[in-house]
Order: sequence, then C-alpha cells, then structure tokens
Amino acid sequence: MIYLELFWTFIQIGAFSFGGGYAVLPMIQKYVVEQHQWITLGELADITSISQMTPGPIAINAATFVGVKVAGIWGGVIATIGCVLPSFILLIILAYYFFKHSNLHFVQNILKGLRPAIVSLIALAAISLTLIALWTYPQGDLLSIDNLNLSAIVSAAVSLFLLIKFKLDTIGVIAVGAIIGIIIYLI
Amino acid sequence: MISYTQLFLKTFKISAVTFGGGYTIVPVMRDVFVSKDALILDDEMLNLIAIAQSAPGPIAVNTSILIGYKLKGIKGALVTTFATVLPPLLIITVISFFYVQFQTNPIIQAALLGMRGSISAIMGYAVFSMGKNTLRNHRYFSAVLMIIIFLLGYFTPIPTIALIIGSGLTGLIYFGMIKEKVL
Repeated sequence: MIYLELFWTFIQIGAFSFGGGYAVLPMIQKYVVEQHQWITLGELADITSISQMTPGPIAINAATFVGVKVAGIWGGVIATIGCVLPSFILLIILAYYFFKHSNLHFVQNILKGLRPAIVSLIALAAISLTLIALWTYPQGDLLSIDNLNLSAIVSAAVSLFLLIKFKLDTIGVIAVGAIIGIIIYLI
Repeated sequence: MISYTQLFLKTFKISAVTFGGGYTIVPVMRDVFVSKDALILDDEMLNLIAIAQSAPGPIAVNTSILIGYKLKGIKGALVTTFATVLPPLLIITVISFFYVQFQTNPIIQAALLGMRGSISAIMGYAVFSMGKNTLRNHRYFSAVLMIIIFLLGYFTPIPTIALIIGSGLTGLIYFGMIKEKVL
C-alpha cells in the first residue's frame, strides 16, 4: 500500500536527517530517488531550489512534494507527518530528560561524531545534484561536453560569484539563476 | 499563560512569512516568544535551541516543537508542530500541482534549468562553509572522520543510515570514553 510505504520511508528519512537543512538530501536521494524512484534526481534539484524561495524547511517541502506526486494530497500529508514524527518523539524525550537532569552530555558527544559525517554526506548529495544540473543528459551518466547544459553552468558561475563576493541571500541567487535560464533560452 | 489558539496563530504566522530555513526562523521565534511576549526566558530559549539541534530534522520545526512543549506540554507541542508544518504543506501542495502542469512549458523549464545551476553553487558554498565550521573544533578527529565517510559513501554500498549511526557511535566512544579518561 502506497500510503504506508510513503509513511515508513519518510519516518526513516526524518529519523536520520541530523543537522537540519541540506542534511535531508542524502537521505532523500538514497530512499526516494534511488530505492523507490518516486522522483528523479533532476526533480530533487528542482524541489531544492523551489524550497529556497518558499517558506518552510527543505525536509518538509520535499516530503510534501514527493507525497503529492506519488499519492495526491493525502500522500503529501502522510509523507510530511512521517517526516516530522521521529524528531517529535525524540525531542519530547530529550526535553523531558533535559528538564530533569539539565545536561545532555552523551547527546553532545554523539553530535561531535555526526557533524563531520553529515558534511561529507551532504557533499556527496551535492555532487550528484550538481552533475544532474550541469549535464542535461537524462541519465547523467554520459558526461560528454556535448551534453553540457549552458544555462546551468552560467548561472552556477554567476551564483557562486554573487555568493562569495556580495553574500547575496539564497532567494536572490535562485531568482538570478531563473532569469539567466530564461534569457539563455530566448537567445 | 498563552491559549492554544494564540500559540497556533503565533507559530503559524512565523512559519508562513519566514523564508530561508532554520537560521532565519529561529531568531524570529526568539524575538516573538522571548522579547515581545516574554513567555520564555532567554536562557531557556538557548537551551531549547541546543536541544533542537541534537535531534534529527529541521531546526525550525524542532524549535517550535520544543516551544510548544515548554509552554503547554505535549498538546502544546502538537499545536506548534501542526502550525509550523501547515504553511509549507499548503504552499508546496499547490506548487506540486503546477509543477506537473508546467513541466512541458519551455520558459518554466528554462528557468528551472538556470535554478538548478544556482542551487549547485549554493550547495557547494554551503558544504564548504559547513566543512570549515566543523573543522574549527576537534580538527583532526573531524577531518579524519569527514574523509572516511566521504570515501565510504562514494565507493561502497554501505547504507547512509549505517554511516550516520557509525559516526554517531564513533563520537560517543571517542569523546565519551577515551577523551574523558585522558583529561
């Protein structure tokens, strides 16, 4: 049953996306894109960009997007609930423990190990998404120069410049990318 | 004391108008619940944010769960969670339907391709700054673990969850047992 499958998949994703923000991407790539093939890597790149321009964290936005795509509105609701449920339960337990003992030393130690690992996992997901963005070939496995996607390369370069040089916020950067894409298409 | 309705409305409003994820929304929550309404003390809020970061999931959702729990117990947590998740749920549901319809529109396609380029740059930049921040503390431990996880993730089929559990345990053992005995 698709609802149950969605629910369980997003419970796993919710339970292991430590670090917030992009930390959910490697999990979604593994479970939603590769294992279930509910969305493509390109669609994951799209929802990540759309996420930057709408309120709400990437995890919630991606859960809703995938759920709606796979099983309509209720799919979206169920995937989103699944995504939030593990942290909800864990946080109530942690908060209860903390209010009682007012320290979370062991959790801090776990996090010291998690942080560097999460950076690497996000880096791996970012590499996949960058490859799919810069090469238009559907499977992304034919990295020849003919298939290079000009507008994505130009907007990636311009975006990087705007980020480093002017510290432009991500909404602005994505908007610039969209405009570059349209201009290059029109000429 | 705050009513459930007020709690819902406040959290809903924060979630609906704040773009850009955890790092922008948490200061707004602090502003509303600590400075304006004085429902939570500043110190308590810092503790809540620290706990929020110790669990998986987005910081914004986690912080609002804890604010609800702090103010009104588990029911309060349910109210704030619902209020935080509802705006993006509604917006993305609408966008998802348009996304499917617009997938054949060449102008939208062109815009999305350009946006994919931008998001690559944004993620690359984010990974770089996150890496730099992580290496600030426990430099050697972090660097070694970072490289090992990257190589394992790239070259082996070990599941992501196993890598996450493994690195969490590594931290627990390294900092909990080894370091404490030495110091």
